[in-house]
Amino acid sequence: MTDTREQFRPEDHDNDHFLLTTVVGSYPKPKWLDRAKDLYEDSVATESQRDGGGEAAGAADFGEDEWEEAKDDAARLITNEHERAGLDVVVDGEMRRNEMVEFFAHRIDGYEFNGPVKVWGHNYFDKPSVVDEVSYDESWLVDEYEFTASVADRPVKVPITGPYTLANWSFNEAYDDEESLAYDLADLVNEEIEKLVEAGARYIQIDEPALATTPDDHAIVGECLERIAAGIPEDVRIGLHVCYGDYSRIYPEILEFPVDEFDLELANGDYEQLDVFEDPAFTKDLALGVVDAHVAEVESVEEIEANIRKGLEVVPPEQLTVSPDCGVKLLPREVAYGKMANLVEAARNVEADLDSGDIDVAAPTPAGD
Amino acid sequence: MTRIATTPGLFPLPDDAKEALSDLKGHQKGDLVSGDESADVSAVYDDVREELVALQQDAGLDRVVEGQARWDDMLAHPLTVHDNVSPGGIVRYYDNNNFYRDPVVEGELTFSGDLAGDLETAAGLTDDLQAVVPGPYSLADLATDEHYGDDADFQAAVADFLAGEVEAFPEAVETVFLLEPSLVENAPGDGADERASEAIDTVASAVDADVVAHPYWGALDEKVHAHLLDADVDAVGYDLVADHDDNVYNVAEYGTKDSVALGVVDGQNTLVESPDTIRERVDWFEDQVPNDFEDVYVTANTGLFYLPVNRFEEKLRALGAATGADDSEDHEDEVTA
Repeated sequence: MTDTREQFRPEDHDNDHFLLTTVVGSYPKPKWLDRAKDLYEDSVATESQRDGGGEAAGAADFGEDEWEEAKDDAARLITNEHERAGLDVVVDGEMRRNEMVEFFAHRIDGYEFNGPVKVWGHNYFDKPSVVDEVSYDESWLVDEYEFTASVADRPVKVPITGPYTLANWSFNEAYDDEESLAYDLADLVNEEIEKLVEAGARYIQIDEPALATTPDDHAIVGECLERIAAGIPEDVRIGLHVCYGDYSRIYPEILEFPVDEFDLELANGDYEQLDVFEDPAFTKDLALGVVDAHVAEVESVEEIEANIRKGLEVVPPEQLTVSPDCGVKLLPREVAYGKMANLVEAARNVEADLDSGDIDVAAPTPAGD
Repeated sequence: MTRIATTPGLFPLPDDAKEALSDLKGHQKGDLVSGDESADVSAVYDDVREELVALQQDAGLDRVVEGQARWDDMLAHPLTVHDNVSPGGIVRYYDNNNFYRDPVVEGELTFSGDLAGDLETAAGLTDDLQAVVPGPYSLADLATDEHYGDDADFQAAVADFLAGEVEAFPEAVETVFLLEPSLVENAPGDGADERASEAIDTVASAVDADVVAHPYWGALDEKVHAHLLDADVDAVGYDLVADHDDNVYNVAEYGTKDSVALGVVDGQNTLVESPDTIRERVDWFEDQVPNDFEDVYVTANTGLFYLPVNRFEEKLRALGAATGADDSEDHEDEVTA
């Protein structure tokens, strides 16, 4: 297997060992960005009322241009915040994305929106309907990637909602079954990744939270990934993020998936499921969740170090990536930052301990020795 | 044979009420319906109930539900608003991408009257009132017991509680739909299947109205189905959207009650079934089984809160039209009744 990891080791990395530190993707939006969005939406609504919808939204006093500028500012700010925390691979915190299915459905032909549906209490989601065969129209993420890469000094990861989740979290009016819809969407994801790679992206993460609720469908996700990975250069790192669920129902089958890395949510369950991954041996890279995305309290560096060492029971350091459990967008921003900064400090401490031989690695070495 | 157009309730809130209520109540766990809402909040729900009843009447439904707009926690509602139950964490609702507050039962499940209260109000709006109630097996399955200690005791307590609630329903209630998705999703094993049937019997026996035990999201295991037929309910529901073959098999092989409810409209997909499609699905089922039914409740398989409002309303109209005299003049329904 091609080593896709070394390309992300910073030139000034102090330790011999390298535990790649990154995030899953989403990050709390600054309050001013939400305010700007309200302003933009009000402004567009007022303008179209005044002009019977004839005038371009940009003519409003907080119009399209101002809204784009606000999103650029937020993306720059959060990308830099990730760098300030010391992460090796950064993202823009998904500042331009409203929701993980809606964002993509708006960009894919074949989808329509009919209105909000309930998630829980008074929290709603504009669940889209697939009403026609899905097809690729405009690029989804190339602009987002190019902007983030242009303001970042570190490599940038691109999270993409996976085709299984895009299918599972939509109404399906057009396809015989969800499986065939997921495969068509996988072909579109493949097309988008080709464009991202052309633009310079080297680290793609497919998010499949829906697999956590329907683990018996792992073979469908596997087939989707075959389509997604087809023709993508070997040096492009592809990860799969699966949120908290009963991992014993998808392991070891997922080891057959054509990805380099699995990003798993394990801190949330206090690593009770860790032993699931010990037998058979974990042959891919493990992106281990070492801070809880649902607890608004910053874990100490010592606590995170202990969590990282748990990962070394499953994989050797060469296969270990250190990451939060899940997207951190629901946390207060200062808590999210505190978690990132402590995560990086803990990873560097563990690397130093590995360098000095203070840690015994329980996991088998990659040579299978 | 009479075809009766109805739904299992659990309607989506009208979009303006979504906004009004989230402004009044808030978005957090602690802001949801508790059973002692403020007058402002209650007034919005009263308006919503009127709107939902009118919508069903305009659509030509034969049974009208109050809409369950207050049920923030879907089927768990009767427990989450109970005095001796505290709402715990937000937990996943079956394998849906929906969540509810885990009702943690910390004391005796005494009489509440919450459901009867909403039905009393609705009784003033319609003569075709249908109550919607979580079945005792599903309600116990959705809750966490920290008081009764034993699964069987807990389920029996939930059944007694629900029996007390339905007993208090106004006389205007013509039909009670007992929703039992857990009978499919988390099927009871040996012994538990018989207890589930007894629990349903306890609730059904407490009310004079016709009772429909309505499992959905598939077909029942053969034994669970056989036991359910022992319960004193007037009709059993079959979700033909999720699994028509196994449901037909159950009925053809083991029989059923004199009446059935047929889930022929998909409560979880925006694709709207035409009245013709609805009638064809009912005809198909009747052709597959030897029974001669008294009543056939023609219904959505699940509650309808999964849908955006426009499609929800279209589905109500399609159901109403499917049994309406205008669209089925040559049909036997209501002609022989």
